[in-house]
Amino acid sequence: MTAKFDIDDDRVVVVIGSGAGGGTLSNELAQKGVKVVCLEAGGRHEIAEFVNDEWQSFTNISWLDKRTTSGSWRVSKDFPNLPAWVVKAVGGSTVHWAGASLRFQEHEFKALSTYGAIEGASLLDWPITLAEMEPYYAKAEDKMGTTGTNGIPRLPGNNNYKVFAAGAKRVGYKDFHTGNMSINSEMRDGRAPCQQIGFCFQGCKSAAKWSTLYSEIPKGEATGNLEVRPNAQVLKIEHDAKGRVNAVLYADETGIIHRQRARVVAVAGNSIESPRLLLNSASAMFPDGLANSSGQVGRNYMRHMTGSVYAVFDKPVHMYRGTTMAGIIKDESRHDTSRGFVGGYEMETLSLGVPFLAAFLNPGAWGRDFTSVMDLYDHIAGMWLVGEDMPREGNRVTLHATEKDAYGLPIPNVHFDDHPNDMAMRTHAYRQGSAVYEAVGAKRTIRTPPYPSTHNLGTNRMSANARDGVVNKWGQTHDVKNLFVSDGSQFTTGGAENPTLTIVALAIRQADYMADQMAQNEI
Amino acid sequence: MRTVDKRSRLSRRSFLKTSAATAAGVGAVSGGMVVFPAGDVWAQSMKALTADAAQILLVMARDVYPHDRLGDSYYAKAVETIDAGAAKDSKVATLINDGAVQLNEMAVKKYGKGYREVANEADRVAMLKDMETTPFFQKIRGGMVTGLYNQPEVWAKLGYEGPSADKGGYLHRGFNDLDWIKDA
Repeated sequence: MTAKFDIDDDRVVVVIGSGAGGGTLSNELAQKGVKVVCLEAGGRHEIAEFVNDEWQSFTNISWLDKRTTSGSWRVSKDFPNLPAWVVKAVGGSTVHWAGASLRFQEHEFKALSTYGAIEGASLLDWPITLAEMEPYYAKAEDKMGTTGTNGIPRLPGNNNYKVFAAGAKRVGYKDFHTGNMSINSEMRDGRAPCQQIGFCFQGCKSAAKWSTLYSEIPKGEATGNLEVRPNAQVLKIEHDAKGRVNAVLYADETGIIHRQRARVVAVAGNSIESPRLLLNSASAMFPDGLANSSGQVGRNYMRHMTGSVYAVFDKPVHMYRGTTMAGIIKDESRHDTSRGFVGGYEMETLSLGVPFLAAFLNPGAWGRDFTSVMDLYDHIAGMWLVGEDMPREGNRVTLHATEKDAYGLPIPNVHFDDHPNDMAMRTHAYRQGSAVYEAVGAKRTIRTPPYPSTHNLGTNRMSANARDGVVNKWGQTHDVKNLFVSDGSQFTTGGAENPTLTIVALAIRQADYMADQMAQNEI
Repeated sequence: MRTVDKRSRLSRRSFLKTSAATAAGVGAVSGGMVVFPAGDVWAQSMKALTADAAQILLVMARDVYPHDRLGDSYYAKAVETIDAGAAKDSKVATLINDGAVQLNEMAVKKYGKGYREVANEADRVAMLKDMETTPFFQKIRGGMVTGLYNQPEVWAKLGYEGPSADKGGYLHRGFNDLDWIKDA
């Protein structure tokens, strides 16, 4: 039974955002008997509304509110108002994610001590270790039904994977398979097995892929402790005279502004909106923004080193058939400076349909060189390269000086400059990706630049010391004890792995801590 | 391995379009009575673009994204999409109509004839290359990316099957039927 809480009910935890972090936290708290109001800026689009159409789906569920960009990254040139491709809907980006669920490696929690200080990077060790995270990773994998864990069989490889795996074998890679995917390979948790539909990025029509939209949230609602309010755009977090947060202002679908009182507030709006909200919540007591005494809110924005390699073959591939991300090569994810950079990267198959490939293969390209590739669309195989990028103080989300949104609040600007380490890693990854395909006879390989960011991280980072970051090891802000951050913006560094599993594991862990602190009346 | 039939299927819509263009084309060469050149019925149907601009864009569209296997009807449809966008914003309409005039003037200056009449593709492309950073060119190129490649009819011609959930996905329709790599 879905709960309904009064806006003056000050017993509730208000969770802002319903994706991997917010959706998971909301359910975990509800299961423990904690009353939760989850405010989601987007609408509630159930599975029946998902469409197998790239642009239509993009229009229906993406976060399209205006943002600006700056810096030397190519996204700023090609997509100046679309720094990130994330979802604005109940379920957040778990609606369109690919499903890759990888644990961080031990050294990735200790980036500064492993890599050493690097010029132009603001590296830091996480205040948590892999050993502390392992039980939560295990819980997350069980919750999400991750293949290759808990005795769950891996998915069968599709055509795109067959090309990728054969190439991997021929270049001598050892650690490759169809991945640890939170996509059912068999019936589990009331959800069907994968039908190899090929539209993971547009919302899974068979619910085989884990998403908070149809897993966490309905379970939380069934407890009677969770109320999800869609189309609730949060504008500001308010606090009392003692500097404790006590209410959240939000606009509903019709633009009417409401004040939901709160005992605790958890921010999980992804790494652009979360810092923006804290900055927009500045007050006389917190003139630089909430929880920003360190000046770190919005800084250290990370987006992973990314790039893609597409390869054209003599014979057909039909890469679009089946799971969008259908396999992984892990050999390059190690830290090995003999390659000319610190950290590592993963190689993961990826396919785009004709509409998106035309837009993203080489943005801005035209003429016969471009169309000669599109002409062979069904002979193309593709992979995505994703690795650890360096946090930089100057890579940051700030409030726009002049441009305002519909509610009169400054829109966010996202500034990003690639670090030389990111560029060296990308060059290496392009070369290795091309080698994989050339080993199976690729006639031509294309090095595709980064897409608008899907992995947005680090803008409210975790730190042992309050001066180095925004939140402590529990995601609790250093400055305001009943204010938490529950999304990927907590990440101290990015690791090489797709971030969702770590976000979910952190949310499960945070729920334990938060409930305990509430029981002890600490918050 | 299951492959996709890329041959054209003649729809009523494309048939009408082709026959209209053919009829006008035949008229154009028969006895000098015809006022409208080939395709002008189509060009006159634009909401915001001038008929001249539409005709120029039809050639430019193919020069920007040339696919020899695609007939003019696909490019005409892309131009219609650009026209629909221009109809919603008079600034865009002006940008495109003026840009088409400038492109044509460039051709007249260089070759003594309009853009469409310049016979050599490489000569036309060289002119486009000279203007590729202009807002006009970028508007057309950007509009073509969706106007052309978001047509389901074009997907089929390129071997992309589009929506699959309504057909049960690819689980039983060839998701792993690649057979040309022996050790795959």
